[in-house]
Amino acid sequence: MNERSQQKPSAAAGKSAMRLRGLIRKEFLQIFRDPSSIAIAFLMPVVLLLLFGYGVSLDSESIPVALVVEQPSADTASFTAAFNQSRYFVPTSYASTQAAESAMMAGKVHAVLVLRQDFAQRLRGPGSAPIQLIVNGVDANTARIISGYVEGVWGRWLEHLALARGESLATPVRIEQRVWFNSELRSRNFLVPGLIAIIMTLIGALLTAMVMAREWERGTMEALMVTPVSMHEVILGKLIPYFILGLGGLALSVAMALWLFDVPLRGSPWLLFGASALFLLTALGMGLFISTIARSQFVAGQIAIITTFLPAFLLSGFIFDIGSMPAIVQTLTHAIAARYYVAILQTVFLAGNVWSVILPNVLGLCVLAVIFLGLTIRKSRKRLE
Amino acid sequence: MWRRIFALAIKEFLTLLKDKRSRVVIFVPPLIQLMVFGYAATFDLKHVPFAVFNEDRGTVSRELVAAFHGAPSFEEVARLRQDHEIAPMIDSQQALMVIRIGPRFSADLLSGRSAPLQVIVDGRNSNTAQLVVNYAQAIVKGFNSDWIASHGGRPPAAVIETRAWFNPNLESRWFFVPGIVGLLTLLVTMLVTALSVAREREQGTFDQLLVTPLRPGEILLGKALPSFVIGMGEATAIILVAVFWFHVPLLGKLLTLYTGVVLFLLSAIGLGLMISSLAVTQQQGLLGAFFFLVPAIILSGFATPIENMPSLVQHLTLLNPMRYFLVILRGVFLEGTPFELLLEPFVAMAAIGAVALAAATWLFRNRMY
Repeated sequence: MNERSQQKPSAAAGKSAMRLRGLIRKEFLQIFRDPSSIAIAFLMPVVLLLLFGYGVSLDSESIPVALVVEQPSADTASFTAAFNQSRYFVPTSYASTQAAESAMMAGKVHAVLVLRQDFAQRLRGPGSAPIQLIVNGVDANTARIISGYVEGVWGRWLEHLALARGESLATPVRIEQRVWFNSELRSRNFLVPGLIAIIMTLIGALLTAMVMAREWERGTMEALMVTPVSMHEVILGKLIPYFILGLGGLALSVAMALWLFDVPLRGSPWLLFGASALFLLTALGMGLFISTIARSQFVAGQIAIITTFLPAFLLSGFIFDIGSMPAIVQTLTHAIAARYYVAILQTVFLAGNVWSVILPNVLGLCVLAVIFLGLTIRKSRKRLE
Repeated sequence: MWRRIFALAIKEFLTLLKDKRSRVVIFVPPLIQLMVFGYAATFDLKHVPFAVFNEDRGTVSRELVAAFHGAPSFEEVARLRQDHEIAPMIDSQQALMVIRIGPRFSADLLSGRSAPLQVIVDGRNSNTAQLVVNYAQAIVKGFNSDWIASHGGRPPAAVIETRAWFNPNLESRWFFVPGIVGLLTLLVTMLVTALSVAREREQGTFDQLLVTPLRPGEILLGKALPSFVIGMGEATAIILVAVFWFHVPLLGKLLTLYTGVVLFLLSAIGLGLMISSLAVTQQQGLLGAFFFLVPAIILSGFATPIENMPSLVQHLTLLNPMRYFLVILRGVFLEGTPFELLLEPFVAMAAIGAVALAAATWLFRNRMY
């Protein structure tokens, strides 16, 4: 240290740059020798995005439902016709409620609609004719969506009925819904940007989680320590090559989202790029930190499995709305880098450059990046245990 | 032969548990994650922030807004006065929904005409958006029937009476907590198995194992045994928390549930050891673990229904043990499904487990370098 501080600053900087170049070159050689890093950066985003982009969807269509009409008439026929026309349902007729219910028990249908014997009679009477809807509540979300769809069909059928009878439909308040940013409610439009966040979390952590631990485990860290490189240079030497690899994977993911899955990009591509680079830095920082505290690849791998995927999947707002979680859990989500990135991605892709959303989230990412990299530097001093 | 396997199993236990960090990592985070995820994973919306833009001066619109205030799912965050205040409200995510009431709202209703209520929703998360619309519709439906009751008018010719089976209040936590039991059991098994063979290869102790009298199948069995014991222990702990902390009803028989747990552990351990035998370095083992874990969870029906997937992907999920385990967990927990109705998933998991363990043994023997 003393020797170096006596040198002229420019000469020291030049030497440092040279050492850094050497470290980066070494890391790249190592990357090419074991192709698993390259697989992580390029193969993983393609495979996962293909699988999930096509596979993951919350848009229920062609839901199998059972229809039980106890006393067929012209009115019940018009009601069942309304169901046959809906693209959300595939209705099947059952002779009795019992048969329909056992079909639901066996998982063949998700819901049972029953028109009782007196349906036509009560429809013409002064009161309301009941339509029984039984849904399988195990998947509560799907159950709610089904009952929403059924009410949609029911509402349109009532309108037709009123029109046919020459009455005005007496619904006092009618809802006119406007869904912004995604008017067709296409779930792929928000799932694909969210998946990019999850995939980048995995790439970032997988690339770096083992690299420091590997040096400690194999004893090459001690070899590095006797050279004039400083710990900062070692960490930078690890960060830069994997950052470059990660950017490649990122570009691939964004390209697939835009051109394969037709997700609209309404914000600026540069903003997307900048925020993504920042997130990548945070994710790599987290990996390096795991690697540094674990000291053995086995433990580093275990920590990476536990701390990356499931938290990013469940606590990032990717699928589950953060605002509906209990306060303590909401506070915890602030430690998950993917949370900020998901918010940025969904906004930049679907809404545009909304700075009031982007700036706080960028700030959150910066804080996490500083914490992870800062802790990594603190924890990895040139010292043997 | 059993003594040899037993000795190896003890050695495996020791390598797993002697490192303090590893010991902590295997036991503490899964239980913490169960608590956190159990609360986080829900599609039930609470305190949805909404804003009101009311151009109407009548009392009727105030009643409608009051109906929204009365619902626990909504929380008013702003009162808007101008048209152009709506967009920034939604854009900045301050409000997830804006309800807009036109100037003739009260007049229309009082004179017996139908009045529109505009509901503007942030569609960035389309599932949340759809739920918000459904919630709003339920409130308006209630308002309408009250209005008809108090102001006269013809009730709708037909009404829908909805009942939900197995989960009458449609609590989505009941659906997700059994799913999390599966998620974390899978996670723990991967933690224990995925790197275990790769580590021996990388550290050179693999060759030492090979010169012992143990046969490859026996070595693998010795490696599988500790994973099985740890997996059973943690699965039990997780099930206890699900039942006694989250109060998810467990309607079915424990025997049925544990048949599922045992078969799932066998298949997950088989796949974990297969990945581990395939990997030459621990880095590759970790990569393999993620390449299995992530699709296994996302394509299991945990959060998004398998039926919504294209048929090609649906066929792929047939290879996923997690898919069957979730069917068993949810069936036994919520529906009380009897043993004989679950034979199909039991057999499928057993088949996956048998094939994976055989493949792991083969790889173990034939991948020496």
